[in-house]
Amino acid sequence: MRLDKTEISLGLVALACVLFGFVSPGWLIFLLTIALAKALVVQGVVMQMRSGLVSFGQGLFYCIGGYTVGMGGQFFGIHDAIAALSLGMLVAIVVAMLLGLLLTRYREIFFAMLSLAFSMILFGILVKSQELGSTDGFNVHDWTLFGWAPEAGAGSQHTVFTITVVSGLIVAVLIHRYTKAGVGVICEAVRENEVRVEYLGLSPRWLLYGNYVAAAAVSALGGGLTALATGHVDPEMAYWTTSGEFVFIALLGGLGHVAAPFIAAIVFSFVRTYAIEFVPHTWQMILGFTLLAVIIFLPKGLWSLVSREKTGERA
Amino acid sequence: MKNNKSKFSKYLVSGVAALALAAGAASSVSAAENSKFRVGIVTFLSGPAAGPFGVPSANAAKVLVEELNKGNLPAPYDKIGINGAEIEAVIIDEAGGATKQVEEYRNLVQRQKVDAVIGYVSSGDCLAVAPVAEELKTFTIAYDCGTSRLFVENSDAQYMFRTGLDASVDNIGAVRYLAATRPDVARLSGIQQNYSWGQDSWADFTAAASALLPEAEVVEEQFPKIYQGQYGAEISALSVKRPEIVHSSFWGGDMEALVLQANARGLLEDATGLLTCGEASLATYKDQAPNGMIIGARGPFGAFAPENELNTWFKGAYNAAYDLDPVYPATKMAQAILGLKFAAENAGVADKEIPTADQLAAGLKGASFPSVSGTVEMARGKGHQAMQGIAYGEYHYEDGKASIVNTVAFSGECVTPPEGVSAADWIAQGFPGAQCN
Repeated sequence: MRLDKTEISLGLVALACVLFGFVSPGWLIFLLTIALAKALVVQGVVMQMRSGLVSFGQGLFYCIGGYTVGMGGQFFGIHDAIAALSLGMLVAIVVAMLLGLLLTRYREIFFAMLSLAFSMILFGILVKSQELGSTDGFNVHDWTLFGWAPEAGAGSQHTVFTITVVSGLIVAVLIHRYTKAGVGVICEAVRENEVRVEYLGLSPRWLLYGNYVAAAAVSALGGGLTALATGHVDPEMAYWTTSGEFVFIALLGGLGHVAAPFIAAIVFSFVRTYAIEFVPHTWQMILGFTLLAVIIFLPKGLWSLVSREKTGERA
Repeated sequence: MKNNKSKFSKYLVSGVAALALAAGAASSVSAAENSKFRVGIVTFLSGPAAGPFGVPSANAAKVLVEELNKGNLPAPYDKIGINGAEIEAVIIDEAGGATKQVEEYRNLVQRQKVDAVIGYVSSGDCLAVAPVAEELKTFTIAYDCGTSRLFVENSDAQYMFRTGLDASVDNIGAVRYLAATRPDVARLSGIQQNYSWGQDSWADFTAAASALLPEAEVVEEQFPKIYQGQYGAEISALSVKRPEIVHSSFWGGDMEALVLQANARGLLEDATGLLTCGEASLATYKDQAPNGMIIGARGPFGAFAPENELNTWFKGAYNAAYDLDPVYPATKMAQAILGLKFAAENAGVADKEIPTADQLAAGLKGASFPSVSGTVEMARGKGHQAMQGIAYGEYHYEDGKASIVNTVAFSGECVTPPEGVSAADWIAQGFPGAQCN
């Protein structure tokens, strides 16, 4: 297995992040954990955007991941973090394999609305489930890692952070390879002209189906990590505003590179937390203006700051 | 191409380095220690809960902090600030869900270095924040959220307190009010928002009604979704069952819309409305709500707060600042801030010294302190949960002025389950040990 430059850079950055975790204050570790976990969901959105589909319902899998981790610990005695996260991904894959059969028949706004509808159905079911705490949700605690229970507080926070960085790295490398591989390039071809892809003898529908299922698994991983870090899950995870946030971050970062969603999620978290601190009454406006500025000045997202330079050099 | 790739990795590394630097700089700025008592205030500043709850609460916090810093309060709160130290309030928005609130709570404690946090209207946020408060060992007062699960799921809480009442008190009190004023009522109905708050409220109300009003039957229940705004179908469904009482735990815009629409459709003429959160909109109903509609304030708050020196002062100060009377969320916020001040000054530390979280917790645990709503006893949840009475009354609008008549108040022991007993069990057992005046 040969690693290319991007993969080596990603690995180094991940290593730097883990080391940085030992010296940074608790709030920052938490903020980065949540940002990176959300970035995984955004990776799911971006995977679909590359093939021309905008999912306004990625919160569905984010929520499935979170609730599986929470319910696994609460009701089924699955306390191991890795087992719970894997189970969350598995559940998401099964659900996505079913829903994907229907969803991949649709494109554009119809896909967006239908994906949103399924996410809101899960929200509705959870709100009506009083055993699961309805809108209040429930706590996620007492998880372990291969039988080792990290001490509460800073210890468990570091552990989740490290798990998140490592999963982020693995997912990033896999997605990077996927987008560079033939099948990933065809995803872009599907976005540009589906009919031509079909004439080449490929099935865009099954391509999108695979993409959808993979995106679901990645998103569920993000949801599970969020649940472990926050220590609480609630149906808000499946609400359309949460899914909207993922699309927001995806647009902020752009489709240019596998690192873009991670950077965008971190930028988003910082802008939001400082907006809340400095302008508590109008922080949403700051977020809105940020997105507006990115759309106007960097239509291809934050990543175009990097790629624009590159094109200039090439010319 | 090769050149581009190495260029790229440089960007990636420098980006992360810049971020680390920025974060480090940011944390050192707010880590600046000063001799002020920093309090994080978290309530809704945006979204549907901002108008009825968040904004009055934030306003109450602002006016109270300002006056406390001037030392303008009546005794025993006449000391400047908190224990002589000036108060600095950091107000942040509660909107955005539990994950975000946990993040912002950590930011308040670890980045903004607050000495205590007061906040949370949403029960979900309270439940999510409680374990984090314990983890970070930060003195935290939940001022409004109503979930009974707070101290059941965090039974060994040390730093989390609640100066507001459990939501089951609202509904036990409501049934007691019906039993006291309308013992012959036979046909009950309810309309609730379909989420935890509405579901729990209705479960407590119906259970208490079957114990205290054995003759009464529930003829209709409706669960429209939250923020629906239009209740035509639900009002029709209620009307045809000819209920005598329409119980609702609606709040904010939903509640005002329901009252307006149900009144226009005649439902509230034939049946008496019973709104557990009704007091929050006392000033806005005008002639759109019928006289005789039963309203509550989730405890002895807002218009139900008793006449005492503190409350008279608070009403005057709030009125002078905002030209409005304080509604119940405002009173509850004032109560939480007074609870914090009491805890700090009861902690036995030197003047102007800022007590630690452990000292604050010891100062409030099991204490009873004078407040704008009368005396608050921290008598439940192992000394972490306030116990107070509750009052209900009827809305009365005459000559352009809204007031509350036929008020009946119940003592805390009459509506609060004993220590260690859940509300559901207490109601099911027929309220053993209740002491009613």
